Amino acid sequence: MHFLEGLAPELVVFVLAGLVCIVGALGVVLNANPVHAALSLVATLFGVAVLFLAQEANFLAAVQIIVYAGAIVVLFLFVLMLLGIDRAEDLSVDALGGGQRLAACILGVGILALPLLAFASTGGEATGARPPATAANAITKTTPDIAQLGESLFTTYLFAFEVTSVLLVIAVVGAVVLARKVKRADYVEDPLTSPPSEVPT
Amino acid sequence: MLASLWQQLSDSPVPIDSVDLAWAGLAPVMILIGGALLILAVDSLVPRRLRPGSYALATVLLAAGAMVAAVPLWQRVQDAERGPFATAAGAIMVDGFSVFATFVILSAVILAALSFDGWLRREEMDGAEPYVLMLLSASGGVMMASANDLIVMFLGLEILSIAVYVLAAMHLRKITSQEAGVKYFVLGAFSSAFFLYGIALIYGGTGSTNLVRIATYLSATVLGDSGLVLAGLALLLVGFGFKVAAAPFHFWAPDVYQGAPTPSVAWMASGVKVAGFAGLLRVFYLAFSTYRLDWQPVIFVLAVLTMLVGSVLAVVQTDVKRMLAYSSINHAGFILVAVQAATAAGVQAALFYLAAYTFMVAGSFGVIAVVSRKGDIGTSLDDYRGLSRDRPVVAFAFALLLLAQAGVPLTSGFFAKFYVITAAIEAGSSTLAIIAMITAVISSYVYLRIIVAMYGAGDDVPAPRTIPLPAAAGLALVISLTVTMSVGVFPGTLASLAERATPVLIPESDPGAVDPSGVPPGP
Repeated sequence: MHFLEGLAPELVVFVLAGLVCIVGALGVVLNANPVHAALSLVATLFGVAVLFLAQEANFLAAVQIIVYAGAIVVLFLFVLMLLGIDRAEDLSVDALGGGQRLAACILGVGILALPLLAFASTGGEATGARPPATAANAITKTTPDIAQLGESLFTTYLFAFEVTSVLLVIAVVGAVVLARKVKRADYVEDPLTSPPSEVPT
Repeated sequence: MLASLWQQLSDSPVPIDSVDLAWAGLAPVMILIGGALLILAVDSLVPRRLRPGSYALATVLLAAGAMVAAVPLWQRVQDAERGPFATAAGAIMVDGFSVFATFVILSAVILAALSFDGWLRREEMDGAEPYVLMLLSASGGVMMASANDLIVMFLGLEILSIAVYVLAAMHLRKITSQEAGVKYFVLGAFSSAFFLYGIALIYGGTGSTNLVRIATYLSATVLGDSGLVLAGLALLLVGFGFKVAAAPFHFWAPDVYQGAPTPSVAWMASGVKVAGFAGLLRVFYLAFSTYRLDWQPVIFVLAVLTMLVGSVLAVVQTDVKRMLAYSSINHAGFILVAVQAATAAGVQAALFYLAAYTFMVAGSFGVIAVVSRKGDIGTSLDDYRGLSRDRPVVAFAFALLLLAQAGVPLTSGFFAKFYVITAAIEAGSSTLAIIAMITAVISSYVYLRIIVAMYGAGDDVPAPRTIPLPAAAGLALVISLTVTMSVGVFPGTLASLAERATPVLIPESDPGAVDPSGVPPGP
């Protein structure tokens, strides 16, 4: 690949990984088949993992692959399979019509523009505070990043780390509460809504 | 990559200094979480459902226990020698402000639990889960009120909210309840994302998520350009604005309040709002006080919009739950007026308002829970006609609570509004004070409309019906009414408590505490 000679390897990695990310993200949005969309998400997550690796965030890259590309996407696929993939979503007839598509595009561009503007306004120097060069929490070769992470989790962020478990308890209790089976005949006759029989399952 | 990971794993472990946890400071949160888990465990171990009412009793006892645990904290932070303290490596701040907010949140738990009891039995949904979710939600609220780190603030917000999403969608046999849950969840998740984005930008701009370190950094450094910090602040404000239902982030509130189970709404309107405002004050008033001149105008606009939307749109509603939803938006606007003042008097006014408002609104929704029929229906204004004849005492109590919300003298609502307006004028925001008073007049029409419906006579009064009043709901009504009226006559006690509930920023000074920069001891 002689045409790549002279280019910094970081740039090549960045451009390739970035392309994979963007193509995957577009695939998520543009694919009509939900399974293809979910699989495109893997490409995006993989690209992000490569970007993390390029920043020497090895642990983050591994977690990105294991948790996101592995567990989360598999979960997505699981739900899609449970709901039935034979019914490909026809986006042309659903409620996403009118100005909604345009509004979504404008909002998306706006959200992208916000950090870019904020970044540009600071003259390319995003962080006001720099860790002192001597601090070991800077990216150094001497302290491995897993050790740094572990130390943060059990000191500075100990409380945050522990109370995350409350969220999991709520998720379990909430799932049990909301997943109970209710007979359609038991529905409350609510004058505010259409009769239950007309409600699609 | 794998080789390097393996290398890291096989290296000898780095010793870590353990974090000094002041357990007393965390006691209210621990009691709430531990109690919730205990209720779950006991409920799953006994073969049959426990005696009806035992869940509510356990919840009330737990909340009261957390209050008892908070009393020594209050004494400690008011003690000149010991004073407020940070714990858990600077993640949690125990000061007058956090303890005061904890008391208010726990009162909301007690009132909502009492209201839940009879309601759940009427709907044949009695069980441990709603109480467990509410206790966990309250623990998130207490975390928000005492958070000293934006990450803890975010986790508190999520713990608070996710449990409430479930509480909103809990009535599985009612489609509007499901709708309320989904709406609240989708919009809430959206606002949480904004909040998190804001935290990321602020971390980028200041290099820390710790409120003390952010404040120290911002006061010591003049940022060449504060674009990142301002953008982050704006996004945080979106997150908080959604939680407290401030316009223009209020659109979920009427639909969710109307569809969700009424006792859940009592919790949503009281506890969740208190936690949201406590977090808002902590972040904006404390950590970003150097940016006061930047965020005050924004809060000014939000307050005006919120008060106007809340009062004007309430007038055209015909459903009592929707009316009170808009009126709670109006109340949020009033508290924003106090936040906008950004003075110690403003914080005091906001805390007084939150405390008074909690009892008024929880009591009001308690009445709605009693008056509605099985299926949680019958909340339109017409359903309240003739209430003074069917249930004279309940109607009278409801009328008093509504008058308190309107700010009639001799009720706590009067002094709440009085302190807010005084704080706004002292801070030089007379315009805001005038707008606040005008909207108070507009929204009093709404309250009077409900009272007229209850006491009105004429041909459109429906036939008498029996409205059962569960003992627990009656107790909640008595508590909220007693507090509302006694604070209205003797506001001094609550006002002086609120005055001493000052939020502070101090770096953790516990001996043996770890340096928050996370500098590890050398290998």
